[in-house]
Amino acid sequence: MSSHSSYVPSSGFMRWLDARLPLPRLVYDSFVAYPTPRNLNYAYTFGGILGLFLVLQILTGVVLAMHYAANSAVAFGSVEKIMRDVNWGWLLRYMHANGASFFFVAVYIHIFRGLYYGSYKAPREILWILGVIIFLLMMATAFMGYVLPWGQMSFWGATVITNFFTAFPLIGEPIHQLLLGGFSVDNATLNRFFALHYLLPFMIAGVVVLHVWALHVTGQTNPTGVEVKSSKDTVPFTPHATVKDSLAMVVFLVVFAYFVFYLPNYLGHADNYIEANSLKTPSHIVPEWYFLPFYAMLRAITFNIGPIDSKLGGVLVMFGSIIILFFVSWLDTSRVRSTAYRPIYRIFFWILVADCLFLGWLGSKPPEGIYPALALAGTIYYFGHFLIVLPVLGLVETPKRLPGSITEAVLARTGGSGTPAGAMASPETEG
Amino acid sequence: MSAHDTAEPNRRDFLYIATGAVGAVGVVTALWPFIDQMNPDAATLALAAIDVDVSQVAEGQSIVAKWRGKPVAIRQRTAAEVKAAKDTALGQLKDPVARNANLPADAPATDANRSAPEKEQWLVMVQVCTHLGCIPLGQSGPYDGWFCPCHGSVYDTAGRIRQGPAPENMAIPPFKFTSDTTVRIG
Amino acid sequence: MKRLMSALLAAGMLCAPMAIAHAQDAGASKAGQATSADGGAPSEQAAEKGQAEIPHYPLKEPEQLNWSFAGPFGRWDIEQLQRGLNVYKNVCSACHSLNLVAFRNLKALGYSDDQVKAFAAQYTIKDGPNGDGEMFDRPGIPSDYFPAPFANPEAAAAANGGAAPPDLSLMAKARAAERGFPRFIFDIFTQYAQGGPDYIHALLTGFGHEPPPGLKIADGTYYNPYFMNGPALKMPPPLSDGVVSYPDGAPETVDQYARDVAAFLMWAAEPHLVERKATGFVTMIFLIVFAGLLYVIKKRVWADTPH
Repeated sequence: MSSHSSYVPSSGFMRWLDARLPLPRLVYDSFVAYPTPRNLNYAYTFGGILGLFLVLQILTGVVLAMHYAANSAVAFGSVEKIMRDVNWGWLLRYMHANGASFFFVAVYIHIFRGLYYGSYKAPREILWILGVIIFLLMMATAFMGYVLPWGQMSFWGATVITNFFTAFPLIGEPIHQLLLGGFSVDNATLNRFFALHYLLPFMIAGVVVLHVWALHVTGQTNPTGVEVKSSKDTVPFTPHATVKDSLAMVVFLVVFAYFVFYLPNYLGHADNYIEANSLKTPSHIVPEWYFLPFYAMLRAITFNIGPIDSKLGGVLVMFGSIIILFFVSWLDTSRVRSTAYRPIYRIFFWILVADCLFLGWLGSKPPEGIYPALALAGTIYYFGHFLIVLPVLGLVETPKRLPGSITEAVLARTGGSGTPAGAMASPETEG
Repeated sequence: MSAHDTAEPNRRDFLYIATGAVGAVGVVTALWPFIDQMNPDAATLALAAIDVDVSQVAEGQSIVAKWRGKPVAIRQRTAAEVKAAKDTALGQLKDPVARNANLPADAPATDANRSAPEKEQWLVMVQVCTHLGCIPLGQSGPYDGWFCPCHGSVYDTAGRIRQGPAPENMAIPPFKFTSDTTVRIG
Repeated sequence: MKRLMSALLAAGMLCAPMAIAHAQDAGASKAGQATSADGGAPSEQAAEKGQAEIPHYPLKEPEQLNWSFAGPFGRWDIEQLQRGLNVYKNVCSACHSLNLVAFRNLKALGYSDDQVKAFAAQYTIKDGPNGDGEMFDRPGIPSDYFPAPFANPEAAAAANGGAAPPDLSLMAKARAAERGFPRFIFDIFTQYAQGGPDYIHALLTGFGHEPPPGLKIADGTYYNPYFMNGPALKMPPPLSDGVVSYPDGAPETVDQYARDVAAFLMWAAEPHLVERKATGFVTMIFLIVFAGLLYVIKKRVWADTPH
């Protein structure tokens, strides 16, 4: 990692600016000259996609906030006014609502990529932890955002989730009332959720800056899990990663646009087009799809464990499923970073993916018949993966032989010989 | 790398330029809804024109209608008020321009250009002082026209500024009598 | 040896949760206490009864119709929307409000400014307070919204046997039948977004069926297997052949009325639907072309670099 910048100001103005505030230098070092492993695949483009979607959500959110009214008497009507009367309001609203869903699609792919390639392993523990913090902030933001239209699902989802806090003995009910600003979800709750929903994305942006900073301290992982050994292993970020990330962003936008324009309500719930009614509960309360796996885990605990009743048990299991992510860096004992070289673990990884999808599907089902039992099975497997498989398999498994370097792996795959031409152009070349 | 520079500069550069241009067009086009949403929405534009029934407005009476958030005075003036306005020479006016949205911008501020066409008794006027936006009081001041209590602007019976800090005559909005008893404003 | 251990670990990981869950499930119905926050009371009773079948509504799925506005190139059938407005005005508006639709919106149905003004003037709108502090009635103008038949939801419920007839402005988006797997996957590709109008049509034409033997229908309710909240609803069949006259010669049947009013309600719920799909087409073309250009550039940039 070079600590000496190779930035040369390209004009008199840039030299003048750089001498007073080294921002041009910072941008150059971080996003132009920055050495990036040459073998990153498209799974590594989702960080950039997430950055794009954070900006998109903030932009659409701010313009929506110019028309939205956060008072329970008029909130639902103000959203419909946006949909009907505001110029392009229907587009901005659908972009924001579907943008949240696609933000989560991207973040789940990003997280699973990290789990697969061992991006959480030393020295990237802080990077990973910052990511989990971003994930938690995203969940809070999305939850509060969904309450704002004040539909039936907004109201009853808020009621259910805030009722979690009553599970805690003694302090539960006072905390519950503190959060709600009353005895039940009402105008006070809606108003504060709007204030916080507007605030949190900027906190996410701040943690993202830390996240990218932490990444640039250690450098990216890559599919081999073998760290960068020389400049032959890397290419300059611009134009290589810039172009690849741009391509991935536009392809992702194609899928996003398809949903926004042709299936804008597919990922939502029809009941949210009914104005909130505190006296009438919908027949099936479900959160948005990205919360379904956690919802399934919450409802899976239908029995008491000693002094912990099932309600509290469900809440602890649900929060626990995210808290456990903080410890992944230490739970995984494998000396090999990338699952590409761990054939046994690879099976468990894909079973975990299937388990999460399974839990998501179960979260949408009513808690009847065999569904609760299946959800319990899925929940136990989820925790088993992190608490049993990760620690045990790392000690027990024989990994495949690692390549000596990224360049070795790339040349073995592409059948090339000699020094790759692209490396010569890298400004980091030594000698 | 250098071998490529001389071999195919045009094709590669053209591709980069074309893609950059397409991207720029896309970004600008995508930006338009974010800006246009700040323009008045359909519900506001629907109230851009109002119809007012003036059948109950007798001679010497006024009503005030709210139009685009502003008060519009609709007055059936007395014969004396009309005469006083007509007898004023243009040279005596602080602002000699009619300020009538139904006429060209340079039309002189004669009483005929201030009152309703063919209905000289009727004055339809935005009752907002052109100084700093207060609402002048009707049938008061030295000319028995309008008087603004905020900073002392004085208007005559045709709503034209005569004394005080206001720079312009009070505005005449776009309007027309759609019948003898109905005025459409806007 | 390590492989065997790994295999055993895998097998254990897969089987143990099922075993534990099975044991817990047997105990769960005895445990009784299930205060998990989702209010799953019906399932608790079912679990305790052991075998009770919880009926799922609607009892019958709505028929999938062909709508003019379906698909990526969907368009409104203006005549159909006009007939639907006719049905709403003459039948539904007696009990159901349409609060979010203004008379000026009816220009989208092909009416001129004067026609819209005349239509609005037929309605009496409460306005005020006037200079005396009193509310007064006046004829409607285009910027007014459709007036509600009842002053408030409580009055609506009191006049309708305790159940307030819901507002219809968003009904076509507030109802959707469960599609189940794998249809919800296919729906992404067929762009099926017509669950609302299909439901409305099915409900309106679904009266008159005989309830299955043994099913008790409460007094004052009407059996309808297409209703999604129970076996019967409080609304009596609102449509019958010939109840609305169609000047354009379309068949004056219950089925036609149901189709037309469902299409009208789809417009009422999403007036910008056609504009949305048209904008979508241009946007998709642009993005796909742009992606193509970026792909070529990406290949160029990475051409000399093994990766």
